[in-house]
Amino acid sequence: MIITQLIHRCRSACCVLEIHPLRKLFSTKSSMTSVKQKNAKRIEGLEKNVWVAFTSVASDSSIVNLGQGYPDIPPPSYVTEGLAQAVMVDRLNQYTRGFGHPSLVKALSKVYGKVYGRLIDPFKEILVTVGAYGSLMSSMQALVEEGDEVVIIEPFYDCYVPMVRMAGAKPVLIPLRTKSSKKTNFSSADWVLDQDELASKFNSKTKAIIINTPNNPIGKVFTRSELQVIADLCIKHDVLCFSDEVYEWLIYRGHEHVKIATLPGMWDRTITIGSAGKTFSVTGWKLGWSIGPEHLVKHLQTVMQNTLYACATPLQEAVARGLLHDFELMEQPDCYFSSLAVELQGKRDRLACILQQAGMSPVVPEGGYFMIVDVTALNQDLSHMEEDKPYDYKFVEWMIKEKKLAAIPVTAFCGDESRKQFEKYIRLCFIKQDSTLDAAATILKNWSKA
Amino acid sequence: GWFLVRITLPRTIMSRQLHARRVEGFDKNIWVEFTQLISDYKVVNLGQGFPDFGPPSFMQEAYCNAICGGASMHQYTRAFGYPRLVKIIAKFFGRIMGREIDPMEEVLITVGAYHALFCTFQALVDEGDEVIIVEPFFDCYEPMVMMAGGTPVYIPLKPKEVTGSALSSADWLLCPEEVASKFNPRTKAIVINTPNNPLGKVFQRDELQMIADLCIKHDVLCISDEVYEWLTYDGEHHIKIASLPGMWERTVTIGSAGKSFCATGWKVGWAMCSGHILKHLKTFHQNSVYHCPTAPQEAVAVGFQREYDVFGTEESYFRQLPAQLHAKRLKLAKSLRSVGLQPILPQGGYFMTTDISSLKVELNDPDTKDEPYDYRFVKWLIKEKGLAAIPVSGFYSPEHRADFQNYIRFCFVKVILLMDIQNESEQYRENYTCAFPHGLPDQDPPKHIARTALFLTKVA
Repeated sequence: MIITQLIHRCRSACCVLEIHPLRKLFSTKSSMTSVKQKNAKRIEGLEKNVWVAFTSVASDSSIVNLGQGYPDIPPPSYVTEGLAQAVMVDRLNQYTRGFGHPSLVKALSKVYGKVYGRLIDPFKEILVTVGAYGSLMSSMQALVEEGDEVVIIEPFYDCYVPMVRMAGAKPVLIPLRTKSSKKTNFSSADWVLDQDELASKFNSKTKAIIINTPNNPIGKVFTRSELQVIADLCIKHDVLCFSDEVYEWLIYRGHEHVKIATLPGMWDRTITIGSAGKTFSVTGWKLGWSIGPEHLVKHLQTVMQNTLYACATPLQEAVARGLLHDFELMEQPDCYFSSLAVELQGKRDRLACILQQAGMSPVVPEGGYFMIVDVTALNQDLSHMEEDKPYDYKFVEWMIKEKKLAAIPVTAFCGDESRKQFEKYIRLCFIKQDSTLDAAATILKNWSKA
Repeated sequence: GWFLVRITLPRTIMSRQLHARRVEGFDKNIWVEFTQLISDYKVVNLGQGFPDFGPPSFMQEAYCNAICGGASMHQYTRAFGYPRLVKIIAKFFGRIMGREIDPMEEVLITVGAYHALFCTFQALVDEGDEVIIVEPFFDCYEPMVMMAGGTPVYIPLKPKEVTGSALSSADWLLCPEEVASKFNPRTKAIVINTPNNPLGKVFQRDELQMIADLCIKHDVLCISDEVYEWLTYDGEHHIKIASLPGMWERTVTIGSAGKSFCATGWKVGWAMCSGHILKHLKTFHQNSVYHCPTAPQEAVAVGFQREYDVFGTEESYFRQLPAQLHAKRLKLAKSLRSVGLQPILPQGGYFMTTDISSLKVELNDPDTKDEPYDYRFVKWLIKEKGLAAIPVSGFYSPEHRADFQNYIRFCFVKVILLMDIQNESEQYRENYTCAFPHGLPDQDPPKHIARTALFLTKVA
């Protein structure tokens, strides 16, 4: 009893002189709270994560989950069949080339060669990674370090900031702002960067800027002229660009996805990141890629060979086959790259409509599979809840509990200083089966009823 | 007068240093170098460590079932590990170690054991920390420690004087006083690998106890790479250092589904340790890859459940595999001896290291003039004899490399070693070829397969 109390007290005091009962004779320093067992500084303060808090919701079938961004619609059958076929070939169950399975990098080179309008060397200008997440990590670890600053546009996919910090660098945030004086029919196009404000974020320490187009969570698709403004700054200040384009195929009618790497002077300083998970609705496959010039990609490859070495072979083979299948159909309506966008446009419009009818103000996205919605007009009183959380966190928790509908709070995607700007918004994912959206519609229709 | 007008052109190529310092000096890699060479020549590949056969059919079936197992199999799962997998791993190893292992707090699934090692070093090693590495070591430990800002400190296994009988990996030992001398207040961790790659040494209980005592005395972590844990021969037992008294709370034990089930391309591994350490690996993991693929985790869970049910019986794959490899190991050793080489018979693992000093060969290649002798020998072997191995000095620290230039490593997890080459080469030709980086089998398997395999049974 006494020893347990001693251990407990010492644990909170971080004392190293605790005596472990079994090793009394050997050492006075063996303990579970010893100083030596402390974590490395690079992960300090990075334990919390919005997903860990909200993904437990996914396993509760009584809740309609429009929160975490993954499809509940099945992937195309030729993609999953390709995986089953690959697994049955003995040699495809063993290690493949570290920087990317040959058939996959060749398929990527083919597809993106056409999209970029340039020859892309499959072995020197492409790296396959564990999801786009892995590409972001490899890029940071390869090219960013202590003393560097990295410009990040808010709202941002939440991993950008911890990854920059883990690389020892300083995140510099700049928010998208609504310029429009509209009262209704909000679109993601209404959210723009203030050019002077953006320019002010660049200085001699700036190593890179991260852009995400289509943007998660807003769904903004950056126009060519917006990207040109960013490109001009990159060139002027000699800065790299990490362009997260995982939703590149999910572009709605009237909009165009522009790759910043295709702007003059940008290929040589841009890493463009893509995702098999988002392209083929297989988020659980965790395969992504980085495309860029050899003098940048080679450093990402160095990181890869010293961190994971290689990605899984059967999954890579299956993605290769899927890409080649759709390459043949590119520009035709059957091509999954475009047919998925057509399917999602209907879901987008439906969700926007039912949100409006419930009294909320959705921001209709130009791309991607998320929609943010302003809940101010509902005037939901949450004063009974915990004080120090942002309004959107409280709203989402309340909504999950009272309405059985899950979303993600948008302040999870921004820094503290921009909290006020975003705390009336929640994010909904609409890459969901019609039955899921039907269930959401029912909840929203009955919203004002007690 | 003249005015010098400076025209500033937009810079399209960056003029400053691009890469972070942490990747400096790590661009060379023994695998990248040798797999490139191997693909340029038609060889019998006993170099890189992967089987030239597939996983057991029950594993392929499990994967296919997972693929057809509904939409959730293709979407994100729990970041720290698919629940069914962490539960069966905790149960399986809990039974072996005689302790309750908490699947959610004490098991982390990673993208191969490689990634488990990376998470461990990044989560726990800081600038100024020293990490002791037992040599010869799997080559990635050194760059991983250094990328985390740590300083590697090396301690070599040394062959004791053996007269008469054949060399064994059991003859390679650590000197206890020398090991003790490497520990100091800056020591954060020691890395051990048992069974060891490349020697095949299986650390005995007293050897592990010696290391454990030092870890406890100096309050040091132990990182135990046990990917070859099922591959022990001649009645040797694999012992988990984490099961020694006082060690669970300071040991990260790393394992691999790829090595356990001969499916190296699946890249599913794990780190197992006390929650107060694992939480740091989880923090790093959630900010680096976040999730691992779902379907292969389901398949590995099925595999482990099966092995749990038949553990210790004839049906167990973990028992059948070492039995299969036992014969291949002996055959390779015999072949190597017949050409005048001196293999070190491994007690465990995938690999056999061979002393090449007794074989005098004219190495005239000017390209390899300045390289260590074993690198030059292996390159000669690849180019002139169509046989691939890996030079062992690549598994040593810069300071000790020069002393160990007379060893090369062969992988014997290869069916080709047991084949009746004349009759079976057609089937081999259909199913297999050697590595890649620039082609998986869209190149023909070596036509001279019979000739090069026979090299092993002929006097050089």
